[in-house]
Amino acid sequence: MRLLNASGCLDALAAPDVARSLDVFVTKTITPLPREGNEPVRIAETDAGMLNAIGLANPGRERFLAETLPRLREVGVPLWVSVGGFAAAEYAETCAALDEERGVEAIELNLSCPNVDEAPESAAEIVAACRAATRLPLWAKLSPSAWDVAAAARAVEAAGADGLSLVNTLRGLALDERTLRPRLARATGGYSGPALKPVALAAVWACRRATGLPIVGMGGVRSGLDALELVAAGASAVALGTVLFADPAAPARVRAELAAEAAARGFGQPLDARDTAHAHEPPLSSEQTTLRRKSLQTAAKATA
Amino acid sequence: MRRELAAVTGAEQVGPYTLLRVAQGGVDAGVPGQFFMLEAPGRVLPRPMSVCLAAAGELAFLIDPIGPGTRALCALERGDRLHVLGPLGNGFRLDVERPLLVGGGIGIAPLPFLSAALGSPPAIVGFRTAGHAEAAALLPQAEVVLEPTYVTALLPDEPHDVLACGPEPMLRALRRLAPAAQLAWEAPMACGYGACYGCAVEVGGELRRLCVEGPVLEGALVQAAA
Repeated sequence: MRLLNASGCLDALAAPDVARSLDVFVTKTITPLPREGNEPVRIAETDAGMLNAIGLANPGRERFLAETLPRLREVGVPLWVSVGGFAAAEYAETCAALDEERGVEAIELNLSCPNVDEAPESAAEIVAACRAATRLPLWAKLSPSAWDVAAAARAVEAAGADGLSLVNTLRGLALDERTLRPRLARATGGYSGPALKPVALAAVWACRRATGLPIVGMGGVRSGLDALELVAAGASAVALGTVLFADPAAPARVRAELAAEAAARGFGQPLDARDTAHAHEPPLSSEQTTLRRKSLQTAAKATA
Repeated sequence: MRRELAAVTGAEQVGPYTLLRVAQGGVDAGVPGQFFMLEAPGRVLPRPMSVCLAAAGELAFLIDPIGPGTRALCALERGDRLHVLGPLGNGFRLDVERPLLVGGGIGIAPLPFLSAALGSPPAIVGFRTAGHAEAAALLPQAEVVLEPTYVTALLPDEPHDVLACGPEPMLRALRRLAPAAQLAWEAPMACGYGACYGCAVEVGGELRRLCVEGPVLEGALVQAAA
């Protein structure tokens, strides 16, 4: 089973050994134009996670292609490029440019950065525009903030996505305990870390039931058991995010723990645990109950 | 950089600060001004701390308990274990002819290690209170000033190679008086090794990662907070 980094949680050029301990390196999100990112202060730890408001700092598409990508190829780990933008056409232009590049295995579309203004188009419209621009596999990274993430997953599947990356961060706010003012210069930021795990599990679980797309599960993974739980919910690969900040040796540790936790539960390999969580049938929602009652009533009338 | 589980060999009160000593194990102490990420018990992220003393198989870190992470670090006791990652960043350049160490508050932290590396050169340190100034005992040849007097009041007229660490206003004032000074800056960091982009500061008009480019910068002005 493949282990990746969550986009924005590792710089393969600053820490090539850490990148090489993963099966895939996912770049920080690339936008058409260079971005310095948000003003400091950009990060704040909270009791059960951390907030970041980096703001998609990146060298821009041209410099990425000319300077960063050639150096990333040298690292020697399969590359996924995270693509962002402020309009569907911007995403599509970057996808088209990457289409001709050697050494890019897939594109992850960052459809959900909580720290920048979003493109006016829907996730599905962006995916459709990118689909027309590249033959590379497209992984749609969705926000867990949507009330119905499964609906978004179905929409991007219909638009031509090849896979889902679940989940991005949630928007959060942390206050200085003394001044009671926001600790981040931008006030709010993306919330990640251990607190995100149940949110990620719920999103992976719901999207697995809603689509046939493969899923990279991420959100609050600290241990092999956390990774195995995402697999049980339906993920076929797992990405590490915040844990890499605290422990650059996490990939090897999580991999070893994952194998041991799977074996301890009688699975020959971690992926054999996939979908285990789906053996559980939740009770019908009140809406579904109403529909079923109506159909029963209709059937009863027809019989009468 | 190397990550190890290190044993706490001691924790002493130095005024309001704690000097946390850990067994060096197989990690390199690095150059004065470099730092380690210390696992803060019960917290999500480690905390960056410069090496205060490195001798006899021990690394010591001077910690000001100002938040939940540093308080957890200060509560560690002999025999406890914590992960340490380092050495990280760029330290002080040691090929200086007339070194003068300058520190402010908890910014004294990297100076004892630096002083040992440079043969105990003269030093000026400033503190808020006499209690905080107890930390000056860690630094040989230290002249101490207390607020409202600032370290700049004691700067000699003759030129020196200033190596300094302290609060931003102090570093700014020093740079005005000694433009080529080597200054150690500070910023919140999640990772310490270039992954998170959290410690970006404005250096010469551009946002740069302090953990990669610094924390010691030569003759550069840093805007660490908006």
